[in-house]
Amino acid sequence: MDDTILEMRRITKTFPGVTALADVSLAVRRGEIHAICGENGAGKSTLMKVLSGVHPTGSYDGEIVLDGKPMNFRGIRDSESHGVVIIHQELALVPYLSIAENIFLGNERRGPGGLIDWNRANAEAAELLASVGLYENPVTPVIQLGVGKQQLVEIAKALSKKVRLLILDEPTAALNDIDSAHLLDLLRRLRDQGITSILISHKLNEVTAIADATTVIRDGRTVETLSLASGEVTQERIIRGMVGRDLDSFYPDRVSSPGEEVLRIENWSVRHPTQDRLVVDDASLDVRAGEVVGIAGLMGAGRTELAMSLFGRTYGRDIRGRLFVRGREVRARTVAEAIEHGIAYVTEDRKRFGLNLIDDVRHNVSAAALGRLARLGWVNGNEEIKVAEQSRRDMNIKTTSVMAVVGKLSGGNQQKVVLSKWLFTNPDVLILDEPTRGIDVGAKFEIYTIVNRLVAEGKAVILISSELPELLGMCDRIYTLAAGRITGQVPVAEATQENLMDLMTKDKERVG
Amino acid sequence: MTSVKTSSPPSPPPADKSPGVALHAGTSDLRALVMNNLRQSGIYVALVVIVGFFAVLTDGVSLSPGNITNIVLQYSYILVLAIGMVIIIIGGHIDLSVGSVVALTGAVSAVLVIREGFPWWVGILAAVAVGVAVGAWHGFWVAYAGIPAFIVTLAGMLLFRGLTLRVLDNISLSPFPADYQQVAAGFLNGLLGGDGFDAFTLLIGAVAVAGYAVSGFRTRVARVRYQQPVESFPLFVARVVLVGAVIMYFAWQLAHARGLPIVLIILAALVLVYGLLTRRTVFGRQVYAIGGNLSAATLSGVKVRTVNFWMFVNMGFLAAVAGVIYSSRSNGAQPAAGNMFELDAIAAAFIGGAAVTGGVGTVMGAVVGGLIMAVMSNGMQLMGVDQSIQSVVKGLVLLVAVAFDVYNKRRAGASR
Repeated sequence: MDDTILEMRRITKTFPGVTALADVSLAVRRGEIHAICGENGAGKSTLMKVLSGVHPTGSYDGEIVLDGKPMNFRGIRDSESHGVVIIHQELALVPYLSIAENIFLGNERRGPGGLIDWNRANAEAAELLASVGLYENPVTPVIQLGVGKQQLVEIAKALSKKVRLLILDEPTAALNDIDSAHLLDLLRRLRDQGITSILISHKLNEVTAIADATTVIRDGRTVETLSLASGEVTQERIIRGMVGRDLDSFYPDRVSSPGEEVLRIENWSVRHPTQDRLVVDDASLDVRAGEVVGIAGLMGAGRTELAMSLFGRTYGRDIRGRLFVRGREVRARTVAEAIEHGIAYVTEDRKRFGLNLIDDVRHNVSAAALGRLARLGWVNGNEEIKVAEQSRRDMNIKTTSVMAVVGKLSGGNQQKVVLSKWLFTNPDVLILDEPTRGIDVGAKFEIYTIVNRLVAEGKAVILISSELPELLGMCDRIYTLAAGRITGQVPVAEATQENLMDLMTKDKERVG
Repeated sequence: MTSVKTSSPPSPPPADKSPGVALHAGTSDLRALVMNNLRQSGIYVALVVIVGFFAVLTDGVSLSPGNITNIVLQYSYILVLAIGMVIIIIGGHIDLSVGSVVALTGAVSAVLVIREGFPWWVGILAAVAVGVAVGAWHGFWVAYAGIPAFIVTLAGMLLFRGLTLRVLDNISLSPFPADYQQVAAGFLNGLLGGDGFDAFTLLIGAVAVAGYAVSGFRTRVARVRYQQPVESFPLFVARVVLVGAVIMYFAWQLAHARGLPIVLIILAALVLVYGLLTRRTVFGRQVYAIGGNLSAATLSGVKVRTVNFWMFVNMGFLAAVAGVIYSSRSNGAQPAAGNMFELDAIAAAFIGGAAVTGGVGTVMGAVVGGLIMAVMSNGMQLMGVDQSIQSVVKGLVLLVAVAFDVYNKRRAGASR
């Protein structure tokens, strides 16, 4: 009998049109902390969803073996009853319920007559809290706790379910250094008590500090498993595994000729809207006309937050720093002001933030600059159609008519509508946040071509992307962002996926 | 600064201006046209069916000149409220207070005109001022304090009913002087004479038909010039003739009863103005944008608070108009006036195709939805159907109308 607690064999999971996991295998030994590393979208979360039954048996191919027995989890409750518990990146606590109520939610401690026995629940909760090192009254509402303590409540909740295999998805992404250190300590103590953990993390220094073994996943495939004992677990080695793929070489060529500076920020800091921490920390960057500047960063690094705080302060509070447009300091306190100053922000979530899906192409294209089509408040409907038709041709939006409802277009065409909307505001700077997420290869190429055309016309572009090859293929310069700080600025000629990833995972102390 | 789009090379040949453009282009595919417009046209079809249904059941009494006039007079204030309500609903809100506001504005007007003896127009202006103030109150809490409209207007419903009782000292006031009653009970007739009928009413009807035809033709020419699909010319003519016939029949019937009600003129003006306001102005378009996707609207620079505020101010204004009409028609002010009007107005908007989630709906739809309810109520009253059954039928119609809408949407979603 070996000491393997979990084996996932040849897991393949496909979504319509995409293969998220291809033949992934994973073996976790009993009582170890096993880290899983990979780029955004590499398939880590999908793999854990398969393991925890979120993607139930039958929706994937392959085998899950727990303690030598094959498992067919039909749902989360099923996997939890076998001691497999997942803690998601976004905590799943109910804010207005107490700690004890959250711990036993769906698993209530009942007394005679089926009524909840609160004394027993609170007493048991207190014990669980002590075991995770959290000394709070179990009747305290969760909303009064900081994120770090909420994370501990989640772990206590997992312990209440007799967890044997604990899965943590980016547990420290939202934590400050002290809370992170506490959490890692707790994981070590749980390991000593015989609880196996799987840790998904982008913070490679944490991984190398705590993991007994590390599995690297790339593009839905297992690259390799490194073991601490053999001395293989180094950040360099992990990074090489994470990015080691060929550049998808389909980025259209562009002659770069940057002109005058269009936008610059200095010492830009943004506080989280509800928590007391800096999401963007003293960032400075600039972008010139005719230039594409990339922002690289892992999830939670503060890329979108940085962009939205620039764009009419649509994210965060207590925003400090100076914003210059064409060398002149400006204030963009509302979206309308930002648009006026020639800033446009193309959101990473077009369905939620970019489009009115139940309205037609025409109205979506004009939505951000309706004033340009109006006199004294009256919209010139015919001009509006003309503008929409022009966009349809320029952007090659594939739709039967500009009167077609946007919600029915494909992702790529929807993205072109969002781009059209912002181009109609006649911006000087376009901030593109994950502009090719979730669209097919052909449409990607079209978007790239459009970006190059805009840059050739003298616009400045800030490109935020999780795909390093995309940044390397499109940008003139690339800034790297880690934990809200700009950790580097690399001209594209000197940039490689390895050195970018290195800067993206750089931690505060290493920045100095 | 050059714009990518506006400075781009000239768009398609902006067309020859010969009237021929309007003649040739277009499709005669009736099936496609009907299917494409099922959601909008469904409501008109439903109205026609219901009108026909009751015409048969009442042996044509429901279509008699006197009765048509009655329907207009009796339900006009609901239609006025429905216009404001549909805008609120498109914006993603609701207003439960309009019944109370109708009562309050009517009461203020009655106190000034009946008790204090001011001229009729002072009463009307005061009512409108009160309505706008109430709207601003609601708008402030919804837009700037961020309280859900359901709560704000539920509070308003209680608050303004209470104020109505206060203003009236718990008693009814009546009657209004004759010129105030003209608002709801007055007719414009005899201006051009006529033998057994009112020629002026027919003239106004003819002007309306001509207006419909001309504006339809101009829209058509513009659409052709901008290379948008249009129906084939014979079909266009058929549509104009059909609508024209309906309007003229309606005018003919009115002309043979008591002539053209002043209320109808007010109503027609409101429908026209608000139809344009919602479709053709920046404000109207921003209402749709907010209701359709609040986040996207915010990130597109729409001043969401301002738009929400004015939406409610407008609702207050229209509630005051309805209040004046209602007080004029009932010839006085009662503490319980306007009870449940909000529900009729909301039902009209939803029957007329507005979506519960916001972002969808039309002024014309809401008015037709209100007419459907009016024709049903009126028809059932003529037939002597019991009040209890009337309520049951109206409830079921509302449910079925919205269910049909939801079903339609799901089907559209599935075909994605």
